Amino acid sequence: MSVEQVKEKWSNQISTLTIGATKEEGGTRTSKVVVGGESTLPYLFDEGQIPNKPVIAMEILDSEPVDWPCVLKEPFKGVLNDPVQWAKKCVDEYKAELLCLRLQGIHPDFGDASADKTADTVKSILQAVGVPLIILGCDHAEKDNQVLPKCCEVAKGESCLFGDATEDNYKTLTAACLADGHNIIGESPIDINIAKQVNILITDMGFDIKKIAMNPTIGALGYGMEYAYSIMERARLAALMGDKMLSMPFICFVGQEAWRSKEAKGAQAEHPEWGPEAQRGPVWEASTAISVLLSGADILTMRHPKAVEIVRKTIDSLMKK
Amino acid sequence: MLTIGERINGMFKDVGKAITSKDKNVIQDLAKKQVECGADVLDVNVGPAAADAVAAMRWLIESIQEVTDVPLALDSTKADVIEEGLKLAKKKAIINSTTAKKAKLDTLLPLAKKYDSGIIGLTMGESGIPRDRNERAEHAAVIISACMEAGIPIENLYLDPIILPVNVTQFQSLEVLEAIRDLKILSDPAPKTVLGLSNVSQGTDKRSLINRTFLVMAIANGLDAAIVDPMDNELMDAAITAELLLNKHIYCDSFLDAYRKK
Repeated sequence: MSVEQVKEKWSNQISTLTIGATKEEGGTRTSKVVVGGESTLPYLFDEGQIPNKPVIAMEILDSEPVDWPCVLKEPFKGVLNDPVQWAKKCVDEYKAELLCLRLQGIHPDFGDASADKTADTVKSILQAVGVPLIILGCDHAEKDNQVLPKCCEVAKGESCLFGDATEDNYKTLTAACLADGHNIIGESPIDINIAKQVNILITDMGFDIKKIAMNPTIGALGYGMEYAYSIMERARLAALMGDKMLSMPFICFVGQEAWRSKEAKGAQAEHPEWGPEAQRGPVWEASTAISVLLSGADILTMRHPKAVEIVRKTIDSLMKK
Repeated sequence: MLTIGERINGMFKDVGKAITSKDKNVIQDLAKKQVECGADVLDVNVGPAAADAVAAMRWLIESIQEVTDVPLALDSTKADVIEEGLKLAKKKAIINSTTAKKAKLDTLLPLAKKYDSGIIGLTMGESGIPRDRNERAEHAAVIISACMEAGIPIENLYLDPIILPVNVTQFQSLEVLEAIRDLKILSDPAPKTVLGLSNVSQGTDKRSLINRTFLVMAIANGLDAAIVDPMDNELMDAAITAELLLNKHIYCDSFLDAYRKK
């Protein structure tokens, strides 16, 4: 007797987010990135559709990184203080299909760059490369609110993804993205209730649900990864069961979290038993990335080219039905 | 909970008048408002006023479907009125309703099968209104087996244990709550349950309060659907909150808005 395979039926699907606009769509990008649209749990191809593969956004900074270890700086030697060359290197050499520009340099403690200067940087990067762009503030609410609207304005029509909007600071960025046709990231501190609330606050301002990505905040391997995993899993289950306010694609700041841990960046000289950091760091970042992929991540922002390569291969094999 | 909006019913004065005077705006306005307030399905009942009930049903459905595409519950005692609705409905409709009486089942189940519609089954039979939970289960069993024989998937069946006005027969409220649980174990997959809620408060002085209190109790007992006035904001808030407390939705500070945005 054959046993019938039990399959889950879901009533809802994840929204589809498009980053980047080509010439025909009013932008100047030469390619676009489309994520989301899943109608099943990650990689369960038998139970629904997974129309788009997860995408890696390689991270670049507007100024020389202040807290990156040598292992992480090494692959970008010579371009670390030139965001335009850095962007080109990621695209030409490391085949990035999406870039994530982090505006560290606007933070009052790390350069306090002006809105105009930063907007020029954004413009130059958009001119230098054809891939779509994610643009992140510096986590200083006041400064972000001065600079990000200006960046939105100069990137008008390019359909970038801007972040992050939080429960306490979402209005300025939401209004700017709305005015200039960009997508937005809603951030919550590993808290499903706040994640849902942020999405409601953003949509209450008239923002299209299809233009929101959710940053659930993650912890790296060894630093609460399993907690973040379970929050993402719960949100995804609720979304597939019909909760529209949790049905946005996930963006996970993998590089940022992985390279915060001492296990990733600690030098072998200090921890001989941990082995060479040139391997350890990228592997730490890749393991963190693969874990969040399995809990439903759609966009991963990553740093080390070696980690990017490992995860890219993993995505390809996960997407093989 | 599946919310079935009850307001488009010729028994209501405004609707009865609109049907006789063919005033489309009143009907379309009620359709839109109910959907905005959270109705998933709209009940359509031509009421006693219409001379030609089939024509009235046709006119109501055409008017409603000009402004919304939510599914309809076709509410009539006459099979030809229901069939007219089934022919016109753009989305999978619900027949409202059969009973356990043989004549009713023989007429309506073939229609449910032909049009692949849902069907509400009132747990009453030849002997009239059920006296307790056991009689409700008996009638429900008759309806379930008739559906199985007719090839109607149990997922399409909504059993209504029939609530009576609390000021007429007070002990029936508890019987209905128990029946909601009992009916669920009669088949696998379990049949869905539904209540024509407003009947519980018929003729009382505190209708809205009684309605929403009973609805919350019924939801806690596993009720799947209810025929209600979705424009009663406090009623809808109470239902949404009850489901939240049963962990059916994820909490957030704006959980009422979040539910309505679904």
